[in-house]
Amino acid sequence: MSRLNEANVLLAKEIIGRYPRARSATIPLLHLSQQQNGHVTREAIAHIAELVGATAAEVLGTCTFYEMFKMEPVGKYVVNICGTMSCQLMGADELMHHAEHVLGVKAGGTTADGLITLEHAECQAACTEAPNVQVNYRHCHRMTTESFDRLVDDLRNGRLDNEIPPHGTLARNRQHIPADKAAGVASPDAPAAPAWLTAPEASA
Amino acid sequence: MSSYPWAAGYIDDGDRPKIVTSRFHLEDGHTLERYEATGGYQGLRAALARPASAVHDEVRSATVLGRGGAGFPAGTKWGLMPADKYPRYLVVNGDESEPGTYKDRLLMERDPHQLIEGCLIAAYAAGLSQVFLYIRGEMPLAHERVGAALNEAYAAGYVGRSILGTSFSVDIVLHWGAGAYVVGEETALIESLEGKRGEPRLKPPFFPAAIGLYGQPTIVNNVETLSNLPWLITNGAAAYTAIGTETSPGTRMVAVSGHVNRPGVFEIVNGTTTFRDLFYGEEFCQGIRGGRELKAFVPGGGSAPWFTPEQLDLPFEGRLVGAAGSMLGSGAIMVMDETTDIPAAALTLTRFYAHESCGQCTPCREGGTWLERIMQRIVDGRGSHADLDQLLEVGQSICPGNFPHAASSKLGLEATPFPYKMTTICFVGPSAFAPVHSALTLFRDEFEARIRTRTHIPVTVGAVDDHH
Repeated sequence: MSRLNEANVLLAKEIIGRYPRARSATIPLLHLSQQQNGHVTREAIAHIAELVGATAAEVLGTCTFYEMFKMEPVGKYVVNICGTMSCQLMGADELMHHAEHVLGVKAGGTTADGLITLEHAECQAACTEAPNVQVNYRHCHRMTTESFDRLVDDLRNGRLDNEIPPHGTLARNRQHIPADKAAGVASPDAPAAPAWLTAPEASA
Repeated sequence: MSSYPWAAGYIDDGDRPKIVTSRFHLEDGHTLERYEATGGYQGLRAALARPASAVHDEVRSATVLGRGGAGFPAGTKWGLMPADKYPRYLVVNGDESEPGTYKDRLLMERDPHQLIEGCLIAAYAAGLSQVFLYIRGEMPLAHERVGAALNEAYAAGYVGRSILGTSFSVDIVLHWGAGAYVVGEETALIESLEGKRGEPRLKPPFFPAAIGLYGQPTIVNNVETLSNLPWLITNGAAAYTAIGTETSPGTRMVAVSGHVNRPGVFEIVNGTTTFRDLFYGEEFCQGIRGGRELKAFVPGGGSAPWFTPEQLDLPFEGRLVGAAGSMLGSGAIMVMDETTDIPAAALTLTRFYAHESCGQCTPCREGGTWLERIMQRIVDGRGSHADLDQLLEVGQSICPGNFPHAASSKLGLEATPFPYKMTTICFVGPSAFAPVHSALTLFRDEFEARIRTRTHIPVTVGAVDDHH
């Protein structure tokens, strides 16, 4: 089952409802489908297209633009080694070489047990803590070959299950806008100056 | 204590004013309870007690320079929207991914309510009817913190319908990115938010303030820019401009990484702190790694032309740095000591921008790839002298004319000031050329040394028999 399941369809509709145009929910829904399936399936693309009122080709076009969306199955953990300047200056090339050797796959590959996909990544916004690694986009700072080995060992033995959800799950919480608190979407089809501009005394 | 395990990278040694990092030393600084206990949402209350136009004027008079890269004043930007076109939107640029940059991630993780309050003040002052807070996909902790903070703020009546019992009503929608550097460009961000591929729109003539999200007037502001507003409105523009200089008031967050003894993210006084202060100061980076010599540094994110020790005494001030041939950009400084392999370091950045090209503009899509391949060839020791000319020629197709670079008394070079001309819609193409141009202009000897002496190999297909 790789269309969105029933619970996720409800969630999808809630997300779509926050935008003036449904298509704006495309990326959040692609994340949702990736959370459900670990990667983005063709069926999910078609389903999301139905939900946001776009063609499957349009959703696929969006999907393939963004690196986080995987169109093929990946490991439970995607291990991204940053190779941009600050990390490179602090030894990222050597770390990647070590990782490829230890995991027995080249960057882009997945270990035979399906646990780890190794990737070369670009700047992870933690440049003072170089070299950096992200596991399912969770940061590991100042990595050495030894701490990389420990990380792999921890992943293989499930010791990080509480900290790092499986690939596809980004945030472990979600925004919820309570119906009784919502200001409502500002639709371009209903052009009106905001109330607080037209009646400034009301806010005094 | 000067650094905190919950804010890895952040250092607050010394006695400097804090505008945006005042809660980073508090482990629970991201919660509503702590935020309210430390003056939180007072700026919003102060704003709502005044007409929107007065709040706008206050921000305009403080000259809050945009902290995303371009440095355009926020109050001025808000004033560029057409007068009677509604609804107007606020899109928060939290897609931080410029190489070397990180401050927005920390601001979202450590003080999400400050950002939310900044969004509310901006929406109120500029008459923006809905806010979309776009966070880079690779920052799940920022998503969690901002998401939790928004849920708290809605429950407490700070966000949503009739905020604090007034006629001010606005929703803030948390939106996720999915990994594309170019989406940090404001029109690409808008395309992405519309559910499309993140390809920048052609501008001029129409900037987002006139035609933005769904064709409506849209303000795109950076996370750090908006995070300044609660303090500014609480304390007033006069207090804000009392810090820093006339042209660069307030503070800035900078990240110094690479070959320094103590890399870190610092909130510094804008306009006066010099690069020498930052690299060698006891309260900052405490010198170059292992007491070595400084070779070069990138002053404003991977897109910025490089500086050498000759520019160390420049202050962190946009106009001066621009005149000296580079830019402050996003406050990211990367330091290279004397052991650095300059062509290899430049290659890393060029590869980044070539990889991140969205593919719309030929000079960037093709040129970036060419630059990367030629640089790789040189770094691998397979380059020729013709390759060096070829690099500059490809660069000319992306940025015609003189490309900005620093002065060098050693090489007898005068500085070429910012900006550059470009044949592309956005700055990604020029950014692929910037490191190549800097490295080749300032360290040509290192390129020469990589080029092996080799004889020209003629193309012989079909002509082989002529020799016999």
